[in-house]
Amino acid sequence: MGTIENSLYNIGYLETLSYQATPIHRLDPRVKLLTTMVFIVAVVSFPKYAVGSLIPFILYPVALIALGNVPVGYLGKKILIAAPFAVFIGIFNPLLDRQVMVHLGPLAISGGWVSFASIMLRFVLTVSAALILIAVTGFHQVCAALERLGMPRVFALQLLFLYRYLFVLGGEAARMVRARALRSFDGRGLGFGTYGSLLGHLLLRTLDRAQRLHLAMLSRGFDGEIRLLRPLRLHGRDVGFFLGWTGLFVLLRLYNISQWWGTWVMGLVK
Amino acid sequence: MHMADALISPAVGGAMWAATAGLTVYSARKLKQDMDDRKLPLMGVLGAFVFAAQMINFTIPATGSSGHLGGGMILAILLGPYAAFLTMASVLTVQALFFADGGLLALGCNIFNLGLFPCFIAYPFIYKKLVGERPTQGRILLGAMAAAILSLQMGAFGVVGETWFSGISELPFFTFMLLMQPIHLAIGVVEGLVTATVVAFVWKARPEILEMAPPMASGAPRSFKPVILGLVALAVFTGGFLSWFASTHPDGLEWAIKGVTGKEEVQAPKTGAHGVLAALQEKLAFLPDYDFRKPEGEPEAKKEESWPDVNPGKSLAGVLGAVITLLLVGAIGFGLKKYAGHHG
Amino acid sequence: MSHHIIDIDDLYYSYPDGNQVLKGISFRITHGEKVALVGANGAGKSTLLLQFNGCLLPEAGRVRIGEMPVTKKTLKHVRRTVGLIFQDPDDQLFMPMVYDDVAFGPLNLGLTPEEVDRQVMQALAAVGAVHLKDRPPYHLSGGEKRAVAIAAVLSLAPAILVMDEPSSNLDPKTRRQLIDLLKTFEHSLIIATHDLDLVLDLCPRTLVLKEGRIAADGPTRMIMQDEELLASCNLEKPLRLQGCPVCHPV
Repeated sequence: MGTIENSLYNIGYLETLSYQATPIHRLDPRVKLLTTMVFIVAVVSFPKYAVGSLIPFILYPVALIALGNVPVGYLGKKILIAAPFAVFIGIFNPLLDRQVMVHLGPLAISGGWVSFASIMLRFVLTVSAALILIAVTGFHQVCAALERLGMPRVFALQLLFLYRYLFVLGGEAARMVRARALRSFDGRGLGFGTYGSLLGHLLLRTLDRAQRLHLAMLSRGFDGEIRLLRPLRLHGRDVGFFLGWTGLFVLLRLYNISQWWGTWVMGLVK
Repeated sequence: MHMADALISPAVGGAMWAATAGLTVYSARKLKQDMDDRKLPLMGVLGAFVFAAQMINFTIPATGSSGHLGGGMILAILLGPYAAFLTMASVLTVQALFFADGGLLALGCNIFNLGLFPCFIAYPFIYKKLVGERPTQGRILLGAMAAAILSLQMGAFGVVGETWFSGISELPFFTFMLLMQPIHLAIGVVEGLVTATVVAFVWKARPEILEMAPPMASGAPRSFKPVILGLVALAVFTGGFLSWFASTHPDGLEWAIKGVTGKEEVQAPKTGAHGVLAALQEKLAFLPDYDFRKPEGEPEAKKEESWPDVNPGKSLAGVLGAVITLLLVGAIGFGLKKYAGHHG
Repeated sequence: MSHHIIDIDDLYYSYPDGNQVLKGISFRITHGEKVALVGANGAGKSTLLLQFNGCLLPEAGRVRIGEMPVTKKTLKHVRRTVGLIFQDPDDQLFMPMVYDDVAFGPLNLGLTPEEVDRQVMQALAAVGAVHLKDRPPYHLSGGEKRAVAIAAVLSLAPAILVMDEPSSNLDPKTRRQLIDLLKTFEHSLIIATHDLDLVLDLCPRTLVLKEGRIAADGPTRMIMQDEELLASCNLEKPLRLQGCPVCHPV
């Protein structure tokens, strides 16, 4: 029953990746956040059957993985874990849309499979972009960036608090679940009654903790406002990163370079 | 169930972002007005609680499957709608960033489906009405149950609507609905039971906590209506504008860069409610036969594709090009890795 | 420096549910004194600690810090003077990074960024935790968390330190390091604890709390020998003062 610990460890590991000091890590968090958003919007803005034109976009995650020293295996696993919903919905496409769209020699491929491939490609691209963002930026930096970009203060603080106490309460939950498992035999004790009171207890402890936390804050002069000392400064390299990638995304959105290469090579062969 | 980036269009994602961003700012402002400074740590820790609680499962008898807590409803009961909405939004944000549950663009949709419905609709209009000022165990059970089921039904409907409007999935509206609603009825019953049990537990152990929940909620129904209407208008407007933009200009970015204008008059009816209804009608009319991509189809439905055309030569070139691109990207990645290794 | 004095006069406190926890407590702690507060679970130790910096306000009686009574109006000053270190560092370290957390108090005082930085670095240096400044609190060990929690309070430069169970959950070596650290402090120190060996090491004076009242107040050495008193308060003679089982087998 190590699933809670696993999840916590996973989150913690993603965060530790962000302590590295690669050129990517040193970039301003706002720039990385915005570039990621532009990337995602560019990717999802392609029409339903786009596959070939999406492929060049793989460059962005690949470059960030390489320069930001993000472990590929770990990332791959996280992407797989997140896959079920997209696969579940996407798989209907090949079933419903059987009209042949592409002929590759003797092979006829239906539109459904093409759009399914497109969904999967979008999925991998958008998910990896979001995960890489955290791995090369760190959560609190992303929050700082969001706040500078206009997100309400309360919400930014809320995110920080949530993240901070995730580990504390997650640990508590994990211990309670283990205690339950150790005394549950043949599945008895894992049912709803135990669950309800377990969760109720966890909630009461949470509320007590919130109270102590509030006292701890008051003891150090909390007056309803939390002040952060964290200057963010944009450098030339930050602007360059943003403009460079955004420019590339726009170009790749407008011109299908893989089609172009393919045609060119075919021409050579002929 | 979380919406995923891969299934939505920029128009839908943008519209939902606009709506939820507006609501976030509004809630933050509301919260600041009656800022009880106990709320800030309480919200943070309760968000973490929901997160932790979602990791705990219980076995559903006779099915072998397991259920867990969604959280929106319980937050609303403990914190009141505004604080609960912000808390739920933060839970979903962390999930999007760390577990890739949903995605950054779909975050708007998810906050809308799982935050707005329980906090601003089910809580004030169902839970509050049923439980009233003097809670009893029975009323709490009834209220939490009804509110949880309804908010999940609305959430599931949200997923269906967003998916369908995006047009990436091939699933017809009603089929998808028939798939989603019953599943979420079951999930809603479980969620309601959990919420009711936990709330009743807290109510028995420490009734003052539930009484602490802000009284502002009681006067809420009146003040919510304009907010919700405003949001709906905002979402419809943004969505309408973006989908008009997308439909008139399949290559929106190209259009933006070249600065082509001049089709506005012709397409004006496509914005706003008219446009949405017209689009709806069109879509529904297509659905029975799935061939609306045929060249003779309407320009909105037929989209410019990268290799839609049934031309063996062009298809082969596409596949070849894709392979070349992949190799190239791989080589660049490898080169960068080497470079980073030397300089890192 | 008269504000190093804590003066408690006939203090009563009940929780909202009507449970009276403090029933007429009086004592005075003078400048630079190191005092232990011991007693059974539920004797009212933690509640009393919360009175020292106005987290709770008396129902009757008075708490004075220096010349100043603790009231709603004097809270800001009182909280700057009395630093309260919580039992569970997780309750106290709520900011994303160690540095932010230690800076939380000074920033609330409205100091300039340079002053804040100086205070933070000084406080971290005092507990030997400068190297932790860019780490998030949840990645710290128990001992590191405790050190940082102390730094987070030291950065406010308080005159009086109040600690709740500082040695709980620490391994013996870390506990020893903590004791050595606390010995170097010149602050007035009030420690609520069950660790009577720590009390012997650190505090010349001990207050024994029993069911909301002061059961004894005197030199630690004397109180620790009073087995009858200790037993009546669910306490036990410190191991160090008990006969060695190897040298003197029973």
